[in-house]
Amino acid sequence: MAHARSHLGRSIAAHAALIAYTVIALFPVFVIVINSFKSRKAIFADPLALPGPGTFDLVGYQTVMKQGDFLLYFQNSMIVTCASLFCVLLFGAMAAFALSEYRFRGNLLMGLYLALGIMIPIRLGTVAILEIMVASGLVNTLTALILVYTAQGLPLSVFILSEFMKSVSDDLKNAGRIDGLSEYAIFFRLVLPLVRPAMATVAVFTMIPIWNDLWFPLILAPAEETKTVTLGAQVFIGQFVTNWNAVLAALSLAILPVLVLYLVFSRQLIRGITAGAVK
Amino acid sequence: MGALELKGITKRFGATEVIKGVDLRVEDGEFCVFVGPSGCGKSTLLRIIAGLEDASAGDILLDGVRVNDVAPARRELAMVFQSYALYPHLTVRDNMGLALKQAGIGKAEIRAATDKAAQMLALEPLMDRRPAELSGGQRQRVAIGRAIVRTPKLFLFDEPLSNLDAALRVATRIEIARLHRDLGATMIYVTHDQVEAMTLADRIVVLRAGKVEQTGRPMDLYNDPDNLFVAGFIGSPQMNFLNAPALSAPGATLGVRPEHLQVSRSAGAIEGQVSHVEKLGGETLAYVKSALHGLLTLRLFGEHDFIMGETLYLSPEPQRQFHFDAEGLRLRIV
Ligand SMILES: Nc1ncnc2c1ncn2[C@@H]1O[C@H](COP(=O)(O)OP(=O)(O)OP(=O)(O)O)[C@@H](O)[C@H]1O
Ligand SMILES: [Mg+2]
Repeated sequence: MAHARSHLGRSIAAHAALIAYTVIALFPVFVIVINSFKSRKAIFADPLALPGPGTFDLVGYQTVMKQGDFLLYFQNSMIVTCASLFCVLLFGAMAAFALSEYRFRGNLLMGLYLALGIMIPIRLGTVAILEIMVASGLVNTLTALILVYTAQGLPLSVFILSEFMKSVSDDLKNAGRIDGLSEYAIFFRLVLPLVRPAMATVAVFTMIPIWNDLWFPLILAPAEETKTVTLGAQVFIGQFVTNWNAVLAALSLAILPVLVLYLVFSRQLIRGITAGAVK
Repeated sequence: MGALELKGITKRFGATEVIKGVDLRVEDGEFCVFVGPSGCGKSTLLRIIAGLEDASAGDILLDGVRVNDVAPARRELAMVFQSYALYPHLTVRDNMGLALKQAGIGKAEIRAATDKAAQMLALEPLMDRRPAELSGGQRQRVAIGRAIVRTPKLFLFDEPLSNLDAALRVATRIEIARLHRDLGATMIYVTHDQVEAMTLADRIVVLRAGKVEQTGRPMDLYNDPDNLFVAGFIGSPQMNFLNAPALSAPGATLGVRPEHLQVSRSAGAIEGQVSHVEKLGGETLAYVKSALHGLLTLRLFGEHDFIMGETLYLSPEPQRQFHFDAEGLRLRIV
């Protein structure tokens, strides 16, 4: 009985701490979302108030929609994020499998080389990257962004996935070999399903910086037809006048797709963890 | 079909030589057991036979055909792993049928083969479950079933029973013995367990540090070991090694099994004090500390009472002594 009560007490304390953290973490998001539904005057009068009958205003969303190409910006962001994510996960997993599974000369060096990118920010190479893109005629294309983001995401992906793949039982892979599965089948059908939680983690860590990035869209693809959402939202931020309604509305909208993607992956992540626990 | 021959197999991982020249012939239909201390290369040798590792040197012949460069799936062998290694996302039926499916065999035939194997191992009620929904013993039976389905020339078992509890181990051991009789296939079996080795094997191969120490029928190894290592390794509890010069016996070491020591409270060759007694019901093990020979094990049939610290006199049975020279090689004195 005493044991049960102390258990309850501990769980209340844990939940209180987690709830407090959640409130703090979500507060800025909350402020952005409520203010995006208010008129300009109401935003500045009382930023923390909820939108009420007098202050509710969709002018921000109307501006964003009228600004023409926001749907296109969204589409661009989605294409770039999803394509980069796909490449990072696929190539990262393949490299990780090779590094963890096969003994070959230079295995360790190759692993270190691929992990080096975690420590060196890719932005240091911006000038060179721009030169390459100009030379290959990829400026102002989504391809340029996808390539850069793939390069940016690969090191962490290879590093995390190879650690996880080392933990996949050798016996299982060997059983597959004896049963006549090709190395590709072993990779796709045995190993990938088992490292799904790790893939979801990598996906979340890779996706958010890509979606939020302003730097490379601005430098490599600033043209109207290749703008991403974050770059598109910048038109409302002027040096002297900023259209706060529109900025907040654009940001609120930009949260949605990434939230959906996150939910998809986190469901995978949880499923992977519980599957392991039941086994 | 199913004879295996190894010729001068060596295996190096980097600079360390793990298998140091193994020559071995396993006849068709034979049940061959590899035993040896941990890390001596049993699993490595098995993986080389399966084709999961390349040998650094030497030839592997199956039915007289060199298979060094043949892929594992084409060597017509099946392997059962210590960790079961079932495919977690497939049902029992699909686990068992995968190899046939990969070989391009028709659905009806696969179904017939899996049903037959399931019937042999009493797996019928489990066919649509996934490995996560099975107990350890059931998983191991599925793993064995997966091996049977392929009707291989050669079965390889790598410590298949070591994750099971004692009762299940006995049941599965008997099952494997029955399978060997029914299928008549060649089997190579790695184990740490004395009882498994002695009861299952037609022939035991004792390995030590990547080398074959001795091969022979279980009772030949027990009654006629070639050297100190094999004498100590086969038989449980371990053989006692006595100081030969102190007993004015030939050689450096005199070996005698715990069951071949005669005990007396009045007189005998070796004097010692009882330091521990284990009563197992059917037999009694007494540990006797002797100044000249160290701790000796004594095995007596039935129940016996000893007082702790009591002085006993032990005498090796004359016909049951083994003599070894300083290098540990057996001196066969007639
Ligand atoms: N991939 C590898 N790289 C380097 N050394 C290895 C590798 N695999 C095995 N070894 C070494 O080879 C030796 C033999 O290993 P092996 O697994 O064959 O032993 P074993 O006889 O099966 O032992 P156990 O009874 O504990 O299973 C060990 O010393 C081990 O450290
Ligand atoms: Mg082993």
